[in-house]
Amino acid sequence: MFTMVRFPVAAAFGHGPSSTAWPMSYLTTAGPRADPVTALVWGLILLSIAVSFLIAVLVVWGVLVRRVPGSDEGVASMAVSRPAGGLKWIWIGLVPTVGALVVALIWTIYAIRAVDSPGQSPALTIEVTGHQWWWELRYPGSSPNANFTSANEIHIPVGEPVLIELKAADVIHSFWIPALGGKTDAIPGRTNLTWIQADRPGVYRGQCGEFCGLQHAHMALVVVADPPEAFEAWRQAQLRPAPQAHDTVRAGQALFDAHCGACHTVSGTAAGGIVGPDLTHVMSRSTLAAGMLRNTRAARLGWISNPQALKPGARMPATDLSARELAGVESYLETLR
Amino acid sequence: MKRTLAVSGLTALGLVAAALLSGCQGPQGDDGGPDPRRGAVLVEREACGACHQIPHIQRAVGRVGPPLAGMARRTIIAGYLPNTPDNMKRWIQSPQSVAPGNAMPDMGLDDRDSRDIAAFIETLD
Repeated sequence: MFTMVRFPVAAAFGHGPSSTAWPMSYLTTAGPRADPVTALVWGLILLSIAVSFLIAVLVVWGVLVRRVPGSDEGVASMAVSRPAGGLKWIWIGLVPTVGALVVALIWTIYAIRAVDSPGQSPALTIEVTGHQWWWELRYPGSSPNANFTSANEIHIPVGEPVLIELKAADVIHSFWIPALGGKTDAIPGRTNLTWIQADRPGVYRGQCGEFCGLQHAHMALVVVADPPEAFEAWRQAQLRPAPQAHDTVRAGQALFDAHCGACHTVSGTAAGGIVGPDLTHVMSRSTLAAGMLRNTRAARLGWISNPQALKPGARMPATDLSARELAGVESYLETLR
Repeated sequence: MKRTLAVSGLTALGLVAAALLSGCQGPQGDDGGPDPRRGAVLVEREACGACHQIPHIQRAVGRVGPPLAGMARRTIIAGYLPNTPDNMKRWIQSPQSVAPGNAMPDMGLDDRDSRDIAAFIETLD
């Protein structure tokens, strides 16, 4: 009886009521990487409908009206023996068809050219690496201490083109934020380039667009487009290493380092693993497990204790932590803002 | 014939669902009594399903704590408390005060939230 209950997407990402949540739709788009293609899609859909309608009308007309009088008995011989100049209909058919196709072709070429590269030089570059089954994000800076790494939640300044360098760590994935542009594959051993630009602030949901294994369907990501000053504040916060652990969470940190640090990094601590997502600022993210769970206390505990129940096949194993140890790790994680 | 049956079946199902939904709509106000529907929304928002398997909640497939199917018919909560609405609310709001050190965290829910979640769980029979 409660299956109708769905939590609103905007609230689900916890970005407050002011930011619009964009669903996974390519028919309503919000940036110059996507808009020319959206116009083309709508144009071609309307053209196709018009052509289908025209053909249907001509067929019906041909069947019902345009019959040679008295020819009911010899349908098979009618077409070849009729003296009327039927050839002109070939031209009448060909000219508008070729015309429409040429228009569609030119429009397509222009659309591809428009989305091929941004008109201005990109405001920043983000390295996005597809993993089974999450997205690693690296924001390179001008110096080594201006780099930082995050996961699954891309922040960009609104209204500016952002270059995306796509890589894959294991198998082929595909980067796809429908409202911001078409898919680009992430291929092991290659670096593919694409770009995005959001013209309106909001949260844009995306999803791996190439089947990549068992949990492909749970490999989501979001793009959060913020006003420039909010983006800069976020960037500065991400650059900070984890705070010195307070006495109350030191036991939790020790547990984390021992049980989690081989795969996860918390910048500025002994935890330096690179197999799983960087957790230095995990509390700043809206979801866990690549867009699968809202990042709540319950979700963190359930995920840490038994990720295999929630996302079977994920590379993270179930842990053998006791309830008290789980609570300790959780209290430490909650300081990673 | 098959199709007619299917259509009428679907229609009946829709009517039943509508009746059930309107039946449990309940008062929405702050002091309008327990609202199980709101409770279900909160269960989804707080991600209770990361630890529990919960009927009617999307992707509630966790296997850390016990599954909540049939919770309305169980007599004891968390191995300690008689299963009354007040106790369920108390357990949901502050599991650490009922059974210190157990794995279920205090989620910081207020009176109304925990009461509504308890009301939702009381529908799981």
